[in-house]
Amino acid sequence: MIQPFAGGMLIGIAALLLYSTLGRIAGASGIAYGALWGGERPWRLAFLAGLAAGAWLALGLGAPAPQAPSVDGAAPALTIMVAGVLVGAGTRLGNGCTSGHGVCGLARLSLRSAVAVAVFMSSGMLTATLLGILG
Amino acid sequence: MSDSRLGIVAGAASGLLFGAGLLLSGMASPANVLGFLDLSQPWNPMLLWVMLGALSITLPGFWLMRRRGRPFAAASFAAPACAQVDRRLLAGAALFGVGWGIGGYCPGPALAGAALADPTALLLLASMLVGAWLADRLRSRA
Repeated sequence: MIQPFAGGMLIGIAALLLYSTLGRIAGASGIAYGALWGGERPWRLAFLAGLAAGAWLALGLGAPAPQAPSVDGAAPALTIMVAGVLVGAGTRLGNGCTSGHGVCGLARLSLRSAVAVAVFMSSGMLTATLLGILG
Repeated sequence: MSDSRLGIVAGAASGLLFGAGLLLSGMASPANVLGFLDLSQPWNPMLLWVMLGALSITLPGFWLMRRRGRPFAAASFAAPACAQVDRRLLAGAALFGVGWGIGGYCPGPALAGAALADPTALLLLASMLVGAWLADRLRSRA
């Protein structure tokens, strides 16, 4: 409980830093797509490089390494690909993800973000729960 | 400091904290996220604590900044691309949730895992970029 809350605070400080200096939203999907297809590349690329460095730094300081399911074999690889395509299409259409709509949008008291969070939390829970019951 | 150099410094510092926070919080492990989303198993409230931790900073911080009127190193706050709740937002958020519930990855953890050269996160990130590209193609055709 302490580590998730502290980690969340770091994410919040990151978002506030970007908002208070550049006035930009620290949304992972928007920054990634903007770095590829949008404008204002320098700060977006710097953010992505910083994110990579931050992940390595946390590992070096003793944060547990992420545990991911193996993608050896056609079925698990296909599952991850389907999940990825849906996450990509959904965040592109909906203009944001957990960080953009969740951490930043809710803090901006944006109705759009509040609706988006309610919808993706619901569809995420419904999907994971159905798969949990079936699998 | 020039505007673009300041942008790079602020972007890198924000990204560094963001990436470290993702790892420390446990969100970079899809099993933790699925433990929160899957209500058929013993519930893991981790994601709730991460969100509360983040909002404990951003809610008061963003409020103070908006009261100030403008950011410290830019002319204005970025205006959202679109203000109203429309079908595109609803459809996008719903699709994203389904993908999130299948894999346990949202974009931030996918980026962090890919940076750590995790094959699962790399595959998810590549598929995510394909999905975003596809959404653009379909939308421009519609």
